[in-house]
Amino acid sequence: MIIQSVKMAWEAITSNKMRSFLTMLGIIIGVTALVVLVSLVNGATSSITSEVEALGNDMISVNVFDDKGLPLRLEDLNTIAEYESVAKIAPSGSSSAKVKYLNKDMEISLYGTTPAYYNIQGLKLDYGRFLKSADLDNRSYVAVLSHDTAKELFSDTDALGKNITIDGRIFLVVGVLKEDESFMGAFMGSKSIYVPYTVESRMSGIPYIISFNVASTDNTAAESEINSMLLQRFKQDEEAFNVINMSTISSTMDTITGTLTLLLGGIAAISLLVGGIGIMNIMLVSVTERTKEIGIRKAIGAGYGSIMAQFLVEALMLSLLGCTIGLLLSWGLLELATALAGKIKFTMTADVVALAVGFSSAIGLIFGLYPANKAAKKHPIEALRYEG
Amino acid sequence: MTNKNKPIIQMKGISKFYNVGGEEVRALDNASITIYEGEFVAIIGPSGSGKSTLMNIIGCLDVADKGEYLLDGQAIEKYTDSELAKIRNKKIGFIFQSFNLLSRMSTFDNVALPLIYQGMPMHERKQRAMEAIERVALADRAKHKPTELSGGQQQRVAIARALATHPTILLADEPTGNLDSRTGEDIMHLFHELHEAGNTIVLITHSEKIAQQAERRIRIMDGHVEEEPYTFKTEGGII
Ligand SMILES: Nc1ncnc2c1ncn2[C@@H]1O[C@H](COP(=O)(O)OP(=O)(O)OP(=O)(O)O)[C@@H](O)[C@H]1O
Ligand SMILES: [Mg+2]
Repeated sequence: MIIQSVKMAWEAITSNKMRSFLTMLGIIIGVTALVVLVSLVNGATSSITSEVEALGNDMISVNVFDDKGLPLRLEDLNTIAEYESVAKIAPSGSSSAKVKYLNKDMEISLYGTTPAYYNIQGLKLDYGRFLKSADLDNRSYVAVLSHDTAKELFSDTDALGKNITIDGRIFLVVGVLKEDESFMGAFMGSKSIYVPYTVESRMSGIPYIISFNVASTDNTAAESEINSMLLQRFKQDEEAFNVINMSTISSTMDTITGTLTLLLGGIAAISLLVGGIGIMNIMLVSVTERTKEIGIRKAIGAGYGSIMAQFLVEALMLSLLGCTIGLLLSWGLLELATALAGKIKFTMTADVVALAVGFSSAIGLIFGLYPANKAAKKHPIEALRYEG
Repeated sequence: MTNKNKPIIQMKGISKFYNVGGEEVRALDNASITIYEGEFVAIIGPSGSGKSTLMNIIGCLDVADKGEYLLDGQAIEKYTDSELAKIRNKKIGFIFQSFNLLSRMSTFDNVALPLIYQGMPMHERKQRAMEAIERVALADRAKHKPTELSGGQQQRVAIARALATHPTILLADEPTGNLDSRTGEDIMHLFHELHEAGNTIVLITHSEKIAQQAERRIRIMDGHVEEEPYTFKTEGGII
């Protein structure tokens, strides 16, 4: 009986392809909207999340606003580095500066730091070397360029051993980093130069540390230890400094993207609902048009259940067919988005597909119920007499 | 095989009223008829006399407002719509003036449809449907759709559909009404053959000429029924 209902539904749907397609259109659009929106948010989220994680969920970033006359020095960082919960620590003085090479010049972010910074930030060298502790001790005028900076100053030629001018002082290029492939890097660009902390603090005239990064082994412990150390140092003034724990940031971001997914999914679900109303509309028209057919079926022995099943299966099939087309369309759109975005891969997860199929089936059944009942309840004589 | 004296249809005091604009129309008024197994009966009357109303009640498409109706010994009154559908499916083979085939389906699918509603397994269904199609000599048109068939062929498909379930009675409402006289005669010929093969046939018509071809006539006028008497039979002849 089920096989027969499916066969009959298929015949009914294929006998008027254009109308069936228009009926499905609402579901097609709804499913596409649902799958594409949710997958886009998921793709962007997992890309951002993996970056925040690459940056280190274990990273803690500290900024000092007011040192109460007791500025932090490199020695203090060494004290913090002793903590069991702290793996690495590096100051990061940063300022914007102007760099020149021959006739080219550009604005960059200048970071004054120590060798540990390389690992904490997960930087990657293209060629040359990063800063060494000898550079700090000797206050050497050496510089490591980000990929974008090197590209702009040197095009594709080798930058090693070249002299560049940063804010009027001459530096020797000792290394170039690989391209920043991160999501944020791709958006914001990373035109930066890294020099020894000791050199940068002399240049900026700030001989103490106003911000530093920590790679921790246990970030809750590290956060609280650093917090209490700085509180003590800055006379219990909580406003004097600020400790940012990256893991808090990523969990906040999870909440935001979760809400975003829900919101977009909800909007898409509403369009699916509208698609369901479309199905109901056309099914009602179709039931009226096929009154005679229903009469004939009833005369030769179709009961309420058989007619009900026939029209319900038809509604279900319409919505599932629409769902299938919508999924194919979504797949195409996501491939396109992946190709355009370049760095992010957008894929349909099994969850989203299951959600779309489940939702479409439910909509087909719910909105098919009323027309199917209307068909099944027709009186055989009146239905037979109908001339449409 | 058939017991010529077994009543298949027993109606007693059947009435059907319609309310048209506050006025009561008696489409059937106190009709009592009996039809026996293996009979070929014509119900004849002018337009509006109540023939279709009677056929609908005989065929369990409708129930009477008053009176008793036994079909094959079974009282038809207190059934639900779904139960009536089952009875129609098992016991009645309808043949309509306008054929009433499903236009999207082939000859075979049309004929097999009532068997599907019986839940008959595919293998058996195929065999039964083909048997019925061969019975009306349309085996070479099994895959054709109704629109690809002549009127006479369409009516034969409808007869095959009615025969497929091996019903207790064949109920035909003006089966030749939409056909030219030549084709109409062919269909009547087929009815005679089916009658000789033992089928019980009730044929509704307003044509005296066609009614004369039946064994017996039930005349109906303004809802009143007048029945020619039935001659009881014994094996081998009339008493
Ligand atoms: N659904 C209905 N509502 C109201 N009146 C009806 C209805 N069906 C039939 N009638 C009336 O009942 C009477 C008998 O109708 P019926 O259809 O049985 O006639 P008929 O003998 O089959 O006529 P015809 O030869 O034209 O088909 C008619 O007066 C008709 O108007
Ligand atoms: Mg009539």
